[in-house]
Amino acid sequence: MARTTEHAHGDAASPSAVLSAADVTRVVDRMAHQLIEKCAGDDGRADVVLVGIPTRGAPLARRLAARVEAFSGFPVDVGTVDITLYRDDLRMRGVRALEETVLPEGGIDGRLVVLVDDVLYSGRSVRAALDALRDLGRPRAVQLAVLVDRGHRELPIRADYVGKNLPTSRSQSVRVRLAEVDGEDAVLVTGGEQ
Amino acid sequence: MKRHLLEAADLDRADATLVLDTAAQIDAALAGREVKKLPTLRGRTVVNLFYEDSTRTRISFELAAKRLSADVINFSAKGSSVSKGESLKDTALTLEAMGSDAIVVRHSASGAPHRLANWVRGSVVNAGDGTHEHPTQALLDAYTIRHRLGRLEGVRVAVVGDVLHSRVARSNVRLLHTLGAEVTLVAPPTLLPVGVGSWPAEVSYDLDAVLPKADVVMMLRVQAERMNASYFPSAREYSRRYGLDAHRMGALGDDAIVMHPGPMNRGMEIAAEVADSVRSTIVEQVGNGVSVRMAVLYLLLGGRAGE
Amino acid sequence: MSTLITGARPYGEDAADILVEDGRIAAIGASLSVPGADVVDAAGLVALPGLVDLHTHLREPGREDAETVETGSRAAALGGYTAVHAMANTDPVADTAGVVEQVWRLGQEAGLVDVVPVGAVTVGLRGERLAELGAMADSAARVRVFSDDGHCVADPALMRRALEYVKALDGVVAQHAEEPRLTVGAQMHEGDRSARLGLTGWPAAAEEAIIARDVLLADHVGARLHVCHVSTAGSVEILRWAKSRGVQVTAEVTPHHLLLTDECAEGYDPVFKVNPPLRTDADVEALRAGLAEGVIDAVATDHAPHAVEDKETEWAHARPGMLGLEQALSVVVATMLETGRLDWRGVADRMSTRPAAIGRLDGRGLEAHGRPLAPGEPANLLLLDPGARAVVDPAALASRSRNSPYAGRELPGRVVATFLRGVPTVLDGKAQK
Repeated sequence: MARTTEHAHGDAASPSAVLSAADVTRVVDRMAHQLIEKCAGDDGRADVVLVGIPTRGAPLARRLAARVEAFSGFPVDVGTVDITLYRDDLRMRGVRALEETVLPEGGIDGRLVVLVDDVLYSGRSVRAALDALRDLGRPRAVQLAVLVDRGHRELPIRADYVGKNLPTSRSQSVRVRLAEVDGEDAVLVTGGEQ
Repeated sequence: MKRHLLEAADLDRADATLVLDTAAQIDAALAGREVKKLPTLRGRTVVNLFYEDSTRTRISFELAAKRLSADVINFSAKGSSVSKGESLKDTALTLEAMGSDAIVVRHSASGAPHRLANWVRGSVVNAGDGTHEHPTQALLDAYTIRHRLGRLEGVRVAVVGDVLHSRVARSNVRLLHTLGAEVTLVAPPTLLPVGVGSWPAEVSYDLDAVLPKADVVMMLRVQAERMNASYFPSAREYSRRYGLDAHRMGALGDDAIVMHPGPMNRGMEIAAEVADSVRSTIVEQVGNGVSVRMAVLYLLLGGRAGE
Repeated sequence: MSTLITGARPYGEDAADILVEDGRIAAIGASLSVPGADVVDAAGLVALPGLVDLHTHLREPGREDAETVETGSRAAALGGYTAVHAMANTDPVADTAGVVEQVWRLGQEAGLVDVVPVGAVTVGLRGERLAELGAMADSAARVRVFSDDGHCVADPALMRRALEYVKALDGVVAQHAEEPRLTVGAQMHEGDRSARLGLTGWPAAAEEAIIARDVLLADHVGARLHVCHVSTAGSVEILRWAKSRGVQVTAEVTPHHLLLTDECAEGYDPVFKVNPPLRTDADVEALRAGLAEGVIDAVATDHAPHAVEDKETEWAHARPGMLGLEQALSVVVATMLETGRLDWRGVADRMSTRPAAIGRLDGRGLEAHGRPLAPGEPANLLLLDPGARAVVDPAALASRSRNSPYAGRELPGRVVATFLRGVPTVLDGKAQK
């Protein structure tokens, strides 16, 4: 059943869809190709662990893994890392329920980890995820894949794979909606001047 | 969640479940890790204010706070200004001025944490007050039951022993009821409070009648001194009527578990072979205590939205 | 010197002028006119005889940081009282003629109310041997009420002797009814709430057992017994039974037991810790009914000031007791008058006439208390604005202490003026000294 669209910042300005469901599928496919191109060895196998950052990074990582697998023919390890206990903005944003941290058997030591998130904004979530990874093992290298990069970084962090660059103002809100969580795929922008 | 955790009634079902779920996630996140430390409460200060000796509870809270990277100050009544007659209020204001974010308090007077909560801006966590409550013990007990039996709804829990003087019993009755378990209190009538009829629990004087139906048997510590105040005639008679020995344990269902908040009087309320049996969760409870207290500190201190 | 109080309503009845001369009521009537008299406009105010308290703790000597005879007297006058009985549990204990005379003299010096010392029944309140009751009775303080209040005279043989002995002094033993073995460590009423709050219970039976014993003893030896601060429905029943058998027993109830219940203990604020403890709704109902019926003779405050450090602490470590003098009449108006259980004459009877009679203050000429508002009687009276309602602010109280259980509560009735033998001790709601 399709859910009606809800916005945390619901105001008079109606949200405009910058990516449709079809766009999201296309963008994820492109990211999967880029990932194979950059990471795969001679046999075409991408020896990476895709680690999603909950909430929406987790299903996104699973989708990305499924596409990489489909395109390369080799399975890809997937995990999630909950960053709640590593955030530096608890005081401002309040506590929330924790989500799962699941790593593939064998862990991440010596592996190439690709963190996956829906939106890259200040970079603080990614920093928290890096801190969490450090406590979980010692990857060979860590890369970052995001569906949307909306700019306004507050830390020296950049993504290795970007689905869509989306210049925004700080007053705007970018909402990624995924079928697994929200019942539909879309990327919406609300508020501010578009 | 409320700002303080003073008694089990401060937690509604959603809050209590959130604490247990959070503890489970923390457990999972830390399982098998070399670094058992999270940066969550870096820069926060937790004071353990203990007016009663309780090494195990203090250590449990201390470990919980340290694993969340909080700064921990242990303020024990002995050898401090408290023993020189400083009032609870003055101590509270002193700790407040030193910037404590949470005070974990153990006190021999019922209601002392409630008083403290009136005088400080930070959170107050009751680590046991007089004969009133010990809410984190009840949370770790609930966590242990859920972990062992997979559920709390409809679980039949027998709480056996000195209910009258037990803060553990009071917290467990309230919390387990909130979480859907069915509690039966088992004790000689002298060790049940007048007014126990108003509690959300059944009452029985007959342990043998209750055991076959129990999923969980929670034994409470009984102090031999109670004998001198005629709560029961002798330790031997108490043990015979209300102690859990191997023979009685045989009446339990296959999956039933035996709990004890510690410290135990082996041979009094619980026989050694029961305490050391596979049914016993006594060691597990201690470990779960740290996770549950981490969850409580995180949920109270992590901050509130819009603050 | 004469004062003309105009337009007051004696006992809440028809308005009249009251002429006061030389410490007595000279006349009561319509449109009195006396040239040169001070005129107090009392239009709309209710006039009642000055109140008499059987049970006040003034803390002097010993705990002058909590209350003094002077500050307690001022609180009493502001509450409409013209006489208060000062309990014996001071430091030193009022168990000798010397101490009771000291308290009496301090009261005279303060000059706001007549301070009537209560003498201890036993030396040091220890319940072991009788104090020199006769010496206290014969002293300048003329003690007639003897009490170990705060402690029960628990030894039944000693209680019997005390009851017998004071017959010769026209005295009365005011018993703090509490079987001590049943209240070891007791913190609040024993019931559902104490069970949940984890506070050691104070069972109703501990009070009732002593009252039952004492009325039997009083009956047996033909002595007068007074029961302090009755707090349970069971006590009311025992008293009703005893009175029906002709036992010479009288009893008092406090304002707080008429209004508050053990629900107040919920937040562990020791301002609500008191002995005997606040009880249940059913007890409150029985106490109101007993007071209306006359089974309970009097309202007595058990005014118990405590320093801040004795109350801003853990419940179990706090001292029991609460302030009462300044709000007693308001509480009685709220619980007894506005509920239709007593009329103004009933209020005067329970707060002035009967307590004065129990304390034997009613037959002392110009020094008498509890006399009716009538020509020739001592001019001890108060003027009350029954329509005024105010929220109690502990900081505004005249008592040196702040432990009022009524803080933040709106109560009816405001004492506008109090006269002690014709001299205003309170005017426009302000103490005159």
